Amino acid sequence: MGTLPEPFAAWFTARGWSPRPHQLAVLETVAAGGSALLVAPTGGGKTLAGFLPSLVALADPARPAGGLHTLYVSPLKALAVDIARNLTAPVAEMGLPVRIETRTGDTPANRRARQRSDPPDILLTTPESLLLLLSLPEALAMFRGLGAVVVDEIHAPAGTKRGDQLALGLSRLGSLAPGARRIGLSATVAHPAPLRAFLAPDGDPARVRLIQVRGGARPDLTVMLPEGHLPWGGHMGLASAPEIYRRLRAARVTIVFVNTRAQAELIFQALWRLNDDNLAIALHHGSLTVEQRRKVEAAMAAGRLRAVVATASLDLGIDWGDVDQVIQVGAPKGVARLLQRVGRANHRMDEPSRAVLVPANRFEVVECAAALEAIAAEELDGDPPRPGGLDVLAQHVLAMACHGPFLPDDLYAEVTRAAPYAALTRRDFDDVLRFVENGGYALRAYERFARLFRDAEGRIHVRDQRVVRQFRMNLGTIVETPMVKVRLRGGPRGGQALGEVEEWFVSTLSPGDSFIFAGQHLRFERLDAGAAIVSRGGVGDPRVPAYAGSRMPLTTWLAARVRAIIGDPKRWRGLPDPVRQWLRLQQRHSALPARDGLLVETFPRGEGRWFLVAYCFEGRLAHQTLGMLLTRRMEKLGYGPLGYLATDYVLAAWSAFEPTDVAPLFEEDILGEELEEWMAESSMLRRTFRNIATIAGLIQKNHPGAENSGRQMTMNSDLIYDVLRRHEPDHVLLRATRQEAAAGLTDVARIGLLLARARAGGIRHMRLDQVSPLAVPALIEEGREWVAGGAEDALLAEAAALVEDATGGEEHFAETLAAVTEGVRISPGRVVDKPRRPRSMGRFTRRMPSPPPPSGEG
Amino acid sequence: MTPAPLHLGAERFMLDPAGLLAWPARRTLVVADLHLEKGSAFAARGAGLLPPYDTRETLSRLHLALRRWRPTRLVALGDSFHDRAGASRLAADDAAQLRRMLDGIETRWILGNHDPEAPAALPGTAAAEWRAGGILFRHEARPGPVAGVEISGHFHPKATMPTRCGGVTRPCFVTDGRGRLILPAFGAYAGGLDAGDPAIAALLPRGGRAFLLGRDRLYALPLAGRRPRAG
Repeated sequence: MGTLPEPFAAWFTARGWSPRPHQLAVLETVAAGGSALLVAPTGGGKTLAGFLPSLVALADPARPAGGLHTLYVSPLKALAVDIARNLTAPVAEMGLPVRIETRTGDTPANRRARQRSDPPDILLTTPESLLLLLSLPEALAMFRGLGAVVVDEIHAPAGTKRGDQLALGLSRLGSLAPGARRIGLSATVAHPAPLRAFLAPDGDPARVRLIQVRGGARPDLTVMLPEGHLPWGGHMGLASAPEIYRRLRAARVTIVFVNTRAQAELIFQALWRLNDDNLAIALHHGSLTVEQRRKVEAAMAAGRLRAVVATASLDLGIDWGDVDQVIQVGAPKGVARLLQRVGRANHRMDEPSRAVLVPANRFEVVECAAALEAIAAEELDGDPPRPGGLDVLAQHVLAMACHGPFLPDDLYAEVTRAAPYAALTRRDFDDVLRFVENGGYALRAYERFARLFRDAEGRIHVRDQRVVRQFRMNLGTIVETPMVKVRLRGGPRGGQALGEVEEWFVSTLSPGDSFIFAGQHLRFERLDAGAAIVSRGGVGDPRVPAYAGSRMPLTTWLAARVRAIIGDPKRWRGLPDPVRQWLRLQQRHSALPARDGLLVETFPRGEGRWFLVAYCFEGRLAHQTLGMLLTRRMEKLGYGPLGYLATDYVLAAWSAFEPTDVAPLFEEDILGEELEEWMAESSMLRRTFRNIATIAGLIQKNHPGAENSGRQMTMNSDLIYDVLRRHEPDHVLLRATRQEAAAGLTDVARIGLLLARARAGGIRHMRLDQVSPLAVPALIEEGREWVAGGAEDALLAEAAALVEDATGGEEHFAETLAAVTEGVRISPGRVVDKPRRPRSMGRFTRRMPSPPPPSGEG
Repeated sequence: MTPAPLHLGAERFMLDPAGLLAWPARRTLVVADLHLEKGSAFAARGAGLLPPYDTRETLSRLHLALRRWRPTRLVALGDSFHDRAGASRLAADDAAQLRRMLDGIETRWILGNHDPEAPAALPGTAAAEWRAGGILFRHEARPGPVAGVEISGHFHPKATMPTRCGGVTRPCFVTDGRGRLILPAFGAYAGGLDAGDPAIAALLPRGGRAFLLGRDRLYALPLAGRRPRAG
């Protein structure tokens, strides 16, 4: 402890603390001019470890005054603000001459201006604000004297587009301030090496010292089943609401983590229905208004809440201190994420965190058991690093041009020093540069509208200030799906906003429909000026808005463990009775999915329908993609596929004819032609393109002076995608889209693994007379059905055909234009009022629609 | 491609799933909101460098429709160009293609809010409205009851059909089944406005029907009329 200089040593002693070894190790490394990555569980005093070297340096009276010394980057704005608060106290207590300020999107303009001319000693910011600072002409003056960069929660952005942006920003800082040390702070991760590379000034992990804090107390985890019947299917976990409520009553403060926003709404409702004690239970998810979320966070910090039902929106960051219990409802889906969530309870490293896992169905029980095993074995999951996105690079290139003229060679060298771009080819770089310049189209129609120009020496400049303004407005790598504000009708504050739901969800509502949002039962009144106007107290069976990409797929690691447990009766000991019985039944009636190879069942069901169930265990996304490929192949082989559905565990497809020979359906060559065909049409590719086009600046988030007549005439990225794909299929943004869709989203790779496993281990085809026990959860999965090929036209035809069936074909619109849909009957000149929605509609209006591929929930 | 017949007034029209209206009795093809040169309009305004192929794409779709229906007359219901200067930015080969396509066809350019002036140097005549056999063609439908039949564009209607995999949204024709028909936008970059939006709903006070464009056919979806305001 002798290595801590005054006044730090005295300050620690006064509190009865002693510096932890890893805090001293970071201090030592940085003092010697090195960089460090500190990997420690929550509660390990990471933040202080990260700032200690800077505070010690700043306390040195010999330090030349003025200038920015330490830049802190956090993935969360709220975290930056929180850290500023936590840091200010010890600095004041020790009387250090250190100025600490935050810089985020919320920082007022006058303070921003002052920060440019007179920067604080320590500036706390986010990756987006960092890029904005780097794009300023005065960036060099501001950062030249930088001594340290602290990157907090570095595991969170690494491997994402925000991470790409941050890596490029760090690389730029490396050019502006070559002397600045880097300190990364990370929660426990599976692969620290990529994080070291991410942090390293030139992408070389060896240049960053890894300081790892092992263990801490192992979390105290229990699995809790609902009383009575253990559900076969479903993901909401509502059956366990009474037990969850009892646990809330027994603890001081609980965070109830769920997997989706829809689930958050439902669990929240269920708990309040049971809440006879009037416990203060709040709701927190990414679609609520910022003000509402801040209110909940403040109430939590002030100790006024007993429980919060939360999604990933509370995964990171702020230390609530008093949380003594975490309940995870629904399967954990990944071990690293589970540990992160569990760590939210009891932020002290030496005491165990208490957490309860509440599986919603039988498969999830096995998944929870697998997660417990993995935690006991200290085995974490995590995706390997992927190459940086070209869209993020495009934004960065424009930012650098906004800062000042550059030579392409220099920028290319700088960019490839960032780990995610280490393998970037010069061709891709040049294409991105050309895209930023004039769109990069083969048809050179926009030369006179170019955003950049080259001077006689080959240096690149921005064309004018309009380009700079637009860059600032479009900055960022988070692309929201089109959302519609939800506002309360009238009210004292005249249309109070409750939050946002996805536009397409609103488009499926009719006036009078009821839905649950922001913890309230609402009645949809009308669309007005782009907002959904609602009133309180809807009646009837409410719907719950779902959000694209709100469900995390099962990770590969956890999937392998689930497969291993199910396949080996010796490992069933820890499982509850109903689950063991279920597996034994499966063993008797069919077979257990083996650890290697692939189990495929076929059986007849219903009138003239054959089901095929494949136990792939590769996560819902991979299964969805595989489902489309498989049904295309079934089509070719004449089985007449009708539809399919994907869960995290199995893929089920149904067809008109019995699939007698299943081996050709799982041949590895379905990843060839069929994949190409599917990819071109897939909505996943369209969504990927939309994100890429927005981040790259092809589609503007805001365009000043654009026609906006109050009505939303949206510039639809699908239209651009279709035109570009037809006329210039090799454009850099389409290349980026395909690359991201095929490689970046690991599901195609997972299909490859699965098919290889099937080939190596063999396919076991069980031809059954009826559905097997393991197949039941999939077949009762609601609203997960997809028509073969996933083609929208097939869906439209089906919806229209159902209507025709329902009316006995008596009216056929092509002849008379008097079809009947949703109980509305229109004949020329007469409109009959719409009755309540008939029950049969339940089959094709989904209760909880969840549009395909996810990318995590915020 | 299966067009669907629609009777308005005493006339029989065909709704083409490509998003156009044919009037076989008069050998007339009607198309709305081409928004030619929208991409270059964005570029000129500094609002993004969209792929500069939209005009080419729109024209080639129009070309296909002209070959399919072989009309003697084409009515463009306004907003044929995205802005006033649109026609002047037309690339030489696109302009030549357009002239070739319209050769031998009587073209009526209805003027819209985006293109309030006649397109320069292109064949055809321009007017604010055009009337033929009791059918009125104009850019934007006028609220209030229709005398006879009114065919218009302007709103770019789209609608969402609920299916068991969520809503599927497509551009659509909108009609009240009696005298009013609104065409979907034909331009490659023309976005859409939900048919339930008050701006469109106000034109169909007693409800009506949307016909969503499919690859080979249309899909009918009823549109609710305006209800008495609750509370």
